[in-house]
Amino acid sequence: MKKKLVCIVCPMGCLLDVEVENDYAVTGNQCKRGIGYAKKELTNPTRTVTSTVKIKGSIHDRLPVKTDKEVSKNKVFEVMKILDSVIVTSPIKVGTIIVENIFGDNVNIVASRSM
Amino acid sequence: MKEYDVVIVGGGSAGLAAAIEIYKNGIDNILLIVRDQELGGILLQCIHNGFGLKVFKEELTGPEYAERFVDQLKEINIDLRLESVVTAIHPDKRIEYVNSKEGFVTVKAKAIVLTMGCYERNSGAISIPGNRPAGVLTAGTAQKYLNIDGYLVGKRVFILGSGDIGLIMARRMTLEGAKVLGVAEILPFSGGLKRNIVQCLEDYDIPLYLSHTITEIIGDNNLQKIKVSKVDNFKVIPGTEMEFEIDTLLLSIGLIPENEISERAGIILDPKTRGPIVDETYQTNIEGIFACGNVLHVHDLVDFVTEESRRAGKNVAKYVKNQEVNKNEITHLKSNKGISYIVPQTIHFDNLEEKTEFFLRVTSEFKNVELVIKGDQEEIRRIKKRHMAPAEMEKVILTKASLKAYKIISIEVA
Repeated sequence: MKKKLVCIVCPMGCLLDVEVENDYAVTGNQCKRGIGYAKKELTNPTRTVTSTVKIKGSIHDRLPVKTDKEVSKNKVFEVMKILDSVIVTSPIKVGTIIVENIFGDNVNIVASRSM
Repeated sequence: MKEYDVVIVGGGSAGLAAAIEIYKNGIDNILLIVRDQELGGILLQCIHNGFGLKVFKEELTGPEYAERFVDQLKEINIDLRLESVVTAIHPDKRIEYVNSKEGFVTVKAKAIVLTMGCYERNSGAISIPGNRPAGVLTAGTAQKYLNIDGYLVGKRVFILGSGDIGLIMARRMTLEGAKVLGVAEILPFSGGLKRNIVQCLEDYDIPLYLSHTITEIIGDNNLQKIKVSKVDNFKVIPGTEMEFEIDTLLLSIGLIPENEISERAGIILDPKTRGPIVDETYQTNIEGIFACGNVLHVHDLVDFVTEESRRAGKNVAKYVKNQEVNKNEITHLKSNKGISYIVPQTIHFDNLEEKTEFFLRVTSEFKNVELVIKGDQEEIRRIKKRHMAPAEMEKVILTKASLKAYKIISIEVA
């Protein structure tokens, strides 16, 4: 079975042809990251989640945050739910862990700016 | 009147990169004028990731990308004015700005760098029939409300235009609990990056209606409903109408370089890019005034803005040191079949470095074609292209050795 994918690793957006039965052999990729992406996307797709949390005592009311690793695509809304109740206080340095080890699999929510 | 070597107008990605590069090249008498209360520009509200793959070889969010440059800027000693608005630039390189601390100030510069970025086309730019209720706003405005201020502007959302900000906001509002009913694009292809179609729309089963547009907006005070129809070459096809009950319509219908003060200064704009016409040093038609970043032409990626602004910064520093007026013969770049614009628009052959980078956009989607570069009708180079689209900026690198002192260099799709 052949599958067509758009690689989302970088903005190039290569059009990939993936032979599923042939150990996810990839053509159409312009770099080696496309090979890893194709297999992962068709077996266990993952995404980085970016959002904001409430911050007190700063120039803005929202602190941008992200998962420091990709999480399973089907866990994205769970991450959002966790962030709903988080409140932090300024000052925060970029990279600071805001929520540690969210699913017990070493993925942390980190601040994506200093504020 | 205070005199500076360089005054930079705008503290987003272009202004930051230009300031740092000019400083690194030996010029330290610099003033950076910024309208916002902090540095970083629009990157600060672009909290999604995908920035920095070229410049830092890692994937960053917008605020992280900005912070790296803000940190570098803090290391160097230049004058910075925040919450200050430039009201006029004069051809003799006087700059007028105003802020609440100093009032009205005029300064003089040997060189000016325009890095004001761009603005979003809004509902005034397109004529949608129907009412004018609340609930219609640009995607970038909704992004600022949500990511900076923490307000979700609506619960049932439709997006007109498939530009990247609209796609990013489709995902962002979905994550925050809104229902995004669809994205309509009047053209038969998307105006955004392919990866954003996948990770922002397909991931969340948001339909993309290509060759569709909004034919009516309905609502007394607040937006209630829109009608969407299929179009054939911009003409509505009768009987294809769909209705969507929504409270919010986001517009992602294009970005326009912010050149009001440039035009008043007498800077000539390219009607296609809506940015200044520049040469290989990013100098405009007014000697000593340079432009880079989205004020020059709208880029797809901030990494390209940074690279361009660094190149411009080097040239600005060189100009300030030499104060030389360029009197070499000018070669014009010409956009032929299939090309909508090329930047820079002019070059001085004698001035060229070993390699020159040209940026261009195509007029529509092309598959398996070639870019043909000609100098006064003589073919210089052919470059095979598997896929090109207007949403994706193309880069062509030409060596000085391959160019002669042609009058016109043209690029076309064949």
